[in-house]
Amino acid sequence: MDFGFILSQSLTQAIGVTAIIYCLAAIGLNVQFGYGGLLNFGQVAFVAVGAYAVGATVISVGSSLWLGVAIGIILAIVLALLLGIPTLRLRADYLAIVTIAASEIIRFAAKSSDFLGGAQGTTGAIGADFYALNPLPEWDRFEFGPISFTRVDMWVVLVGWCLIALVTLLTWALMRSPWGRVVKGIREDEDAVRSLGKNTYLFKIQILILGGVFGALGGMMSAISRGSVQPDGFVPDFTFFLYVMLILGGTARVMGPILGAAIFWFLLVFVEQVLKEGVSSGLITFISTTQIGPIRFILVGVGLMLLMIFRPQGILGDRKELMLDAR
Amino acid sequence: MPADTTIGTTAVAALAELQPEPGIAKPDPILIADHVVRQFGGLRAVDVTHLEVQRGAITALIGPNGAGKSTFFNVISGFDTSDEGSWTYNGQTITNTAPNTLARKGLVRTFQLTKSLSRLKVIDNMRLGASGQTGESIFPAVFKFTWGRQESEITERAMNLLERFNLAAKAQDFAGSLSGGQRKLLEMARALMLNPDLIMLDEPMAGVNPALKQSLLDHIRDIREEGTTVMFVEHDMDMVRDVSDWVVVMAQGSIISEGTPLDVMRDPRVIDAYLGAHHDSALTESGQSLTESTSKEADA
Repeated sequence: MDFGFILSQSLTQAIGVTAIIYCLAAIGLNVQFGYGGLLNFGQVAFVAVGAYAVGATVISVGSSLWLGVAIGIILAIVLALLLGIPTLRLRADYLAIVTIAASEIIRFAAKSSDFLGGAQGTTGAIGADFYALNPLPEWDRFEFGPISFTRVDMWVVLVGWCLIALVTLLTWALMRSPWGRVVKGIREDEDAVRSLGKNTYLFKIQILILGGVFGALGGMMSAISRGSVQPDGFVPDFTFFLYVMLILGGTARVMGPILGAAIFWFLLVFVEQVLKEGVSSGLITFISTTQIGPIRFILVGVGLMLLMIFRPQGILGDRKELMLDAR
Repeated sequence: MPADTTIGTTAVAALAELQPEPGIAKPDPILIADHVVRQFGGLRAVDVTHLEVQRGAITALIGPNGAGKSTFFNVISGFDTSDEGSWTYNGQTITNTAPNTLARKGLVRTFQLTKSLSRLKVIDNMRLGASGQTGESIFPAVFKFTWGRQESEITERAMNLLERFNLAAKAQDFAGSLSGGQRKLLEMARALMLNPDLIMLDEPMAGVNPALKQSLLDHIRDIREEGTTVMFVEHDMDMVRDVSDWVVVMAQGSIISEGTPLDVMRDPRVIDAYLGAHHDSALTESGQSLTESTSKEADA
């Protein structure tokens, strides 16, 4: 078994484009769920809106990518208002139901819309404007120890991590402020915060918008880096993976979603590659290569269960803090 | 702390001269409620014809279980919606106004089941109470220089209050690590961060040990001495007798009696409502029956 190869593959995924996309969406979910206590089970809807906004603007309309980015942010805000205004006055579980339904509505609507490419999705040079800005030297590969990227991937990864840094910095600045204090108070007990003269409804709308825009940024990165937008990439599983990452890293921790997304993708690829190598070298005989895909997700489930039992607070969380409500 | 004792004492003196009868007008009411009705299906949980709350005094709202005290509290403080009726606060109509709006007007309440924000530090619970914070708007919040100075002023005020409520040593602990009694204190201190005109306490003594009860009573008196009107719901008759200037008794949704603690405890309607036919059982911790203890006090 070539462990060097397995390791380099896994590490590349851990900081690669896919991890970046999930990471941005998970940071958004951390703002909504981790800090604000909003049960958003449809974060993927915001990712889809971001992806389709740039995809449709560039391919279907033929306009500039940057216009698409602006439209994506505006649409994410509109979606947050649409979801939030009717539901945020109600109990928390209503938002969960509405968001998961909304994310499926958006996926099926996109699937049946010719403008958005139907079931095939939108494919083409979505990121052309973005790649044109690539200032990196014309090398074949950029190598860092076991990790290497092509020139194009390197540019995407570089911008992606800068975006993550920016979004994380913003989250940190907000959460240490009195605004963040109100948001965390709402998570603990909304009525108490209302009795102290805060309009909690307004704060909840704000965190839904903020987290939604972060998710849309993730969607844009996905459309740009892959050059396509596929409706079936936005299934509810996406949101559940985000929750796994968030819990793995530690909810309501600024670095939680980043660590969670990186470790999640590292483990997923690591397990896949080990199984693949094992099967092809004849070490593992009881499964076939086609079964590897589902099996790694079974293992994700088992891993999540173990995490909840032995470290429910995640990697960065504080167990004492988590247990405060249990007394 | 400068205490404006004159408001409290004159208000109390004025009350002593009033006739003890339900719905009587007060000389200087801060809260006036008219025909407040709250129905749950066929049950009229609250049906208050008229109630005035005297400014600067401590008014107790008592009554047997299911009398509608807490529902009345919830309706007045905006956490529940009335089916009929209107009420004013400081002369302004505040019928079915949102609780956050009321809090900014100076009408603040606490809860029967304490709502301390567990995973926030005690000091952050306190800071949350301060109103008019620039840093609570999302754009200035990003830049600390816009709210840093105000934050240190708020922190200083919060620490002074925590000092007064013997919670200063706990300032950096999570509120969830406090005992039940300390949470009651924290909730009261946090409400004071808003500089309220009228503070409504929902069962401040529930689940508090006797030693802490005494200090809670002192705090409630101190709050009145500073000129804040206090209204509270309570089951504990000892507390009602010790601290309140005026007592309002509810039974089956309506007000059946009003008066000074002594008057109310002598009122046969109150004794009936509380005890039914069993007049001999004790209402107070001292073990005396109501009639006995009140008549002794009247003699002395």
